[in-house]
Amino acid sequence: MKEKLEAIKEKALEQIKNSQQLESLNEVRISILGKKGELTSVLKSMKEVAPEDRPKVGQMVNEVRAEIEKLLEEKKVAFEKKLREEKMKAETIDVTLPAKKPMVGHRHPNTIALEEIERIFIGMGYEVVEGPEVEYDYYNFEALNIPANHPAKDEQDTFYINKDIVLRTQTSSTQVHELEKGRLPIRMIAPGRVYRSDEVDATHSPTFHQVEGLVVDKNITFADLKGTLQEFAKEVFGEDTKVKFRPHHFPFTEPSAEMDVSCFKCGGKGCRFCKGEGWIEILGCGMVHPHVLEMSGIDPNEYVGFAFGVGLERIALLKYEIDDMRLLYENDTRFLKQF
Amino acid sequence: MNTPLSWIKAYVPDLECSTQEYVDAMTLSGTKVEGYEVLDKNLEKIVVGKINKIEKHPDADKLIVCQVQIDEAGEEVQIVTGASNVKEGDKVPVVLDGGRVAGSAHDNEPHPDGIKIKKGKLRGVPSFGMMCSIDELGSSVDMYPDAAPDGIYILSDNADYKDAPIGSSVPELLGLHDTVVEYEVTSNRVDCFGILGIAREAAATFGKAFVPPVVTVTENNEQTKDYISVEVEDTELCSRYIGKVVKNIKLAPSPEWMKRRLAAVGIRPINNIVDITNYVMTEYSQPMHAYDLDTIAGKKIVVKRAQKDEKFTTLDGEERTLDDTMLTICDGEKAIGIAGIMGGENTMITDQVKTMLFEAACFDGTNIRLTGKKLGMRTDAQAKFEKGLDPNTAMEAMNRACQLITELGAGEVVGGYVDIYPNVREPKRVAYDVDRINRLLGTDIDEDTMVGYFEKIDLPVDREKKEIIVPTWRQDINVLADVAEEVARFYGYANIPTTLPSSSATKGGLSKKLEVENVVRNVAEQFGFCEAMTYSFESPKVFDRLCIDEADPCRKVVKISNPLGEDFSVMRTLPLHGMLTSLSTNFNRRNKNVRLYEIANVYIPNEDESKLPDERTQLTLGMFGEGDFFDLKGVVEEVLEATGIKDMKTYDPNAGKNFLHPGRQANVLVGDTVVAYLGEVHPEVAENYNMKTKAYVAVIDMPTVMQLANFTVKYTGIAKYPAVSRDISMVMKKEILVGEVEEIIRKKGGKLLEEYRLFDIYEGDQIEKGYKSVAYSISFRAADHTLEEQEITAVMDKILKGLEEKGIELRK
Repeated sequence: MKEKLEAIKEKALEQIKNSQQLESLNEVRISILGKKGELTSVLKSMKEVAPEDRPKVGQMVNEVRAEIEKLLEEKKVAFEKKLREEKMKAETIDVTLPAKKPMVGHRHPNTIALEEIERIFIGMGYEVVEGPEVEYDYYNFEALNIPANHPAKDEQDTFYINKDIVLRTQTSSTQVHELEKGRLPIRMIAPGRVYRSDEVDATHSPTFHQVEGLVVDKNITFADLKGTLQEFAKEVFGEDTKVKFRPHHFPFTEPSAEMDVSCFKCGGKGCRFCKGEGWIEILGCGMVHPHVLEMSGIDPNEYVGFAFGVGLERIALLKYEIDDMRLLYENDTRFLKQF
Repeated sequence: MNTPLSWIKAYVPDLECSTQEYVDAMTLSGTKVEGYEVLDKNLEKIVVGKINKIEKHPDADKLIVCQVQIDEAGEEVQIVTGASNVKEGDKVPVVLDGGRVAGSAHDNEPHPDGIKIKKGKLRGVPSFGMMCSIDELGSSVDMYPDAAPDGIYILSDNADYKDAPIGSSVPELLGLHDTVVEYEVTSNRVDCFGILGIAREAAATFGKAFVPPVVTVTENNEQTKDYISVEVEDTELCSRYIGKVVKNIKLAPSPEWMKRRLAAVGIRPINNIVDITNYVMTEYSQPMHAYDLDTIAGKKIVVKRAQKDEKFTTLDGEERTLDDTMLTICDGEKAIGIAGIMGGENTMITDQVKTMLFEAACFDGTNIRLTGKKLGMRTDAQAKFEKGLDPNTAMEAMNRACQLITELGAGEVVGGYVDIYPNVREPKRVAYDVDRINRLLGTDIDEDTMVGYFEKIDLPVDREKKEIIVPTWRQDINVLADVAEEVARFYGYANIPTTLPSSSATKGGLSKKLEVENVVRNVAEQFGFCEAMTYSFESPKVFDRLCIDEADPCRKVVKISNPLGEDFSVMRTLPLHGMLTSLSTNFNRRNKNVRLYEIANVYIPNEDESKLPDERTQLTLGMFGEGDFFDLKGVVEEVLEATGIKDMKTYDPNAGKNFLHPGRQANVLVGDTVVAYLGEVHPEVAENYNMKTKAYVAVIDMPTVMQLANFTVKYTGIAKYPAVSRDISMVMKKEILVGEVEEIIRKKGGKLLEEYRLFDIYEGDQIEKGYKSVAYSISFRAADHTLEEQEITAVMDKILKGLEEKGIELRK
C-alpha cells in the first residue's frame, strides 16, 4: 500500500512538474484527486485494508493528498502570475502620448492682481466695498476738495453724462460714500472701473481699474500709512522690495505722497524695465484732507485717516511683465490662459 | 517746467552738487524731477578755431582746404570742408580729431549718441577735424538766430563771441555746458512755475542761501499816468492791473546770456523787448505784455468783458470770435488783447515802435482756462495764468522787467505806474501746532526744528502766537495739514517711521455681492470659461449689429456728452457686444473651442435723468467650438446651483431676444422670476460679428441671483428604503415641450416622486410625421417604508391621466 501511494505521489509530482499551462494542472488534479482519481480510488479501496491499519493508511493518504494539493496550488499561483504579467506586458501604453486635459478656465490677470490685493488688506481688517461707476460730480470731485472749475477736473479728462453726472475718474469717490455712512472706524478698499478720456494705446485705456483704500480712526498717522503700504508692496512684489515715498499733491489728501517700489527685475540697480531708474511708481496716497472729512460730516479734530489709490492694470502689467495694455481687453484665450 | 541748472545756480550761488544729487534731492523734497538733459553730452573736443588760410581743393570744385589755428600758441590743423560761408580770419567751432558732435548738418534731429569725428582724407587731401554748424552742436538757428542756417557758425560775427580765445571750449562759450532739468510741478505750487520758485526750493533742499536778483528801477521824471489811464470794469476777473510806460525804445537783439537762458527753457529769442517779457515770465511765472503805446486810442486802457460775437484779430494774425464771458483789454475804442492769452495784431510791437506800455496783471485763472478752451488757444501766458497767480508778484515782475530794460539799454523807463488793485491780498496766518503735526505724522520733531524748516523755505514765523505768516505766493498753505506737509518734506518722508495702525480692530472681508461673484467665477472657470474684460461704453450702432428692434427699451441708454468718438459714446445696456467682439477676435485668430465669461455692469438709465442709472452686474457666458445649447444650459444651472438657488428652474422658449436664434433661445426662470437667458447667437448677428460658426451666449442677472441666493445647507437623511422605478414611452405632438411633460410628472407625482430622467427622444420612421417619441424613467421612494405595488400604480395612473389630458399617449 505504501509503495502504491508513493508511486501515485511520484507520478503526480512528475505530471505537475511537466505541466505547461493552467488547464493541464487541472487535468492532474482530476486524474489524481478527482472523484475517479487515483488517490480517491485508494481511499475507496480502504475496506480492503486491515481495520487496525486503516488509521495509518488514512493518514498516509491525507499526507500525500496535502502534498499534491500544495504543489498544485504553488504551480497554479506561478501560472497565474505569469499569465498576468504577459497580459500586462501586452497592455503597455506609451505614457508620452498627450494628456487628456479637462477644459479649465482662467481668471483675468486683473482679477488675479485684485484678489491678491484683497487678500492682503482683508488680512489687515479691511472691508471690500464698491461704489457706482456713473457718479455724481459731487462725489467724484467736490466732496474730494476739487471744487467747480478746479484745474484738476481738466487734468483728469472727465467723461460727462450731464453737468452733474460723470463717469467716475477715480475710485476715490467711494471714500465719500463710506465717510457719509458715518460708521467709524473705517478700513476699506474699493476696487472698480474708472474712466478717463485717454485714447487707446499701449499704456492708456479710456477705462481701467483702480483700488481705493481708506482708513479713518483716531490716532492714525502718516507713519501708519507708510507701514501699511510697505507691507502691501512686500506682499505683492516680494519680501526684498524697498519702498520710497515722494511728496506729491492730491486735492483730497494732505500731506500727499507717491510711492515707488524698488524695481523687482534689477533690485534697484536700474534696468530697461524701470527705465534705468531702479524705482517704479506704484500709487498715490496721503493723509485724508480735513476738508474731505468735514464735508462728509466727520470731525477732523477727532478723526484722522489715510487714503491711497492703486492702478490695478499697472500692478498686473508689472507683475506679469505685460508690455501692452490693450492685451487686457482683447480677450484672446492664448493670452488669458497664461494666468 | 524746465530750468537750466546754471540759472538755478545763479540764485543759489553756493549750490554744489552733481546733477544726480540735485535730481534726487529735489524729488524727495517735493519738486519732482521728470528728467534732465545734459546739453553737451555729445560734444567733445570742440574749440574755438581761427581760419588762417583758405585754398581750393586740387581735385574738387566744391571743397576748400583750410588751415585752422586751434590754440593761442598758434598750432594749426588742416580741415577740408564743403561749407561756402567761411572766409579767412573767421573764428569758428572746430571739432578736433577724436572728438564728437551732437548731430549732422543734414539731419533735423540730433543723434542719440552723437557722431565721432576722425581724421581722414577728402578726395585725397588729409583733414584733421571738422568745422561745425549750430545743428552739429545739437541746437538750431531758432535758438541761435545769428548762426548761419546752412553753414558753419561764424563766431566772430557775434559781438559776444568775437573775442573768445582761440582754443577755448565752444560748449562753454555757447552756454551748452549746462543741464536742463524738467520738473513735474503740482498744481498747488504756483510759485514753482517760475525759476525763482524752483531756486528757492533748491536752496531750502540743500540748506544754502537763496539769493534772488536785487531789483532796482531806474526811471525818468515823467509819470506813466500822464501817458495812460487804466480802468478795470470787472475786478472779479482782473484782480490787479499794472501799466508802465517805456519810451525811446531801441529794438535790438538781446545779449547772449539772456538768449542762452531763454533757449535753454525752449523759448526762441526774438528781440530785447519780447525777450525781456519772456525772461521775466520764466523767472517770476508772471506773464507780461507789451503794447505799442502809439497805437492805443484815447490814451486809456479798459479791462472789460467782450461783446457777444465780437471779432478780434490776435497778433498771430488769426481772427477770433469772442463772447461775453471772455475778458478783453481795450483802449478807448476797441479791443487790443484777449486778457492773459494773447495781444492783438492792432497794437503789437513792430520795428517802428517808439513808446510802449508794459502790462503786468493778474487775471482769474479759471476764466482764462475756460476762454482758452473755448477759443482753442494754449499760450505760455495762459498756462501760467490758469494756475491762479499771486497779484503781489505782478509788481515785482514789472520792476524786474524795467530793470532789464535799463540794463539792456532797450529804452527809457517812465516814472510811476498805473496800478489798479482794489483788494490787496495780504499774507494769512496759519497756526502750527507742534503736537498735532507730530501726531499726524507719527513723528517726534521739536519746535525749533520745525521753525527751522519754515524759515529756510521763506515762511516767516510768529513764534509767540505759533503761527506762520504765509506769503501770498504760497497759496497752498491754508490749514494745519498743509503745514505738516512742509515739515514732512524737509524732515524727509524717508525719515518718518514705518508703523501699522494700532487702533481699533475691524472685521475685514468681501461684501456679499463680491463673494457671490467669486463663487460664480469658480463655476465658470471649472467649465472651461476664461475671464474676459470688455469696455463699458460702446457705439449706439451696436444695437443694429445685434438686430435689436427700433422700439426695444434697451436702446434707451446713458449717453456720454463728450465721448472719445461714437464708438465709445453710450453706456451699454446689454453685455453682448463686448462678448461677441471677443469671441469674434478669437474666431478670426483661429483659436479653437473658445469659452469666455465676463462679470461686469450694464447701465440702465433712470427715468429721471438727474438720477444715477441702475448699474446691474451681469454674468455673460459666451462660447463656440465644442459644446452646444445644452452644454451652456448645464453651466447656467451649475452657476445657479452654486449660488444656492436649489429651486426648480424652468425654461421659457419665448424669450423674445432678436439677437438669438428664434428656435434656440430661452429665458431661465426661478418661480416667476427671470434670472437669465441663453441661446444660440442668431446667424445674422454672428455674421455681423464676422463669425462663421455657431456661437452660444448666456446672460445671468446677478442682482436677481443675489436676491435668490442662499448659502445655508441643511442635511437631508439618506433614504433607507428602496426606490422603485417605472419607464414610460410616450408619443406626442412635436410642439409639446419635454418641459411640459416634466411639469405633469412633477405635479402628479406627488411626494413619492423622487426623480425622473429623459432617456430617449426620437422622431423618424416608426413615428407618425409631426409626432415624436419620448421616454422617461421615473423613480419613486417613500422615506418611511418600502413602496407597495398598488401605491406606485396609483401614482403612475395619475401621471398617465395627466399626460392623456395633454394629448400624450403611451407608445403602443
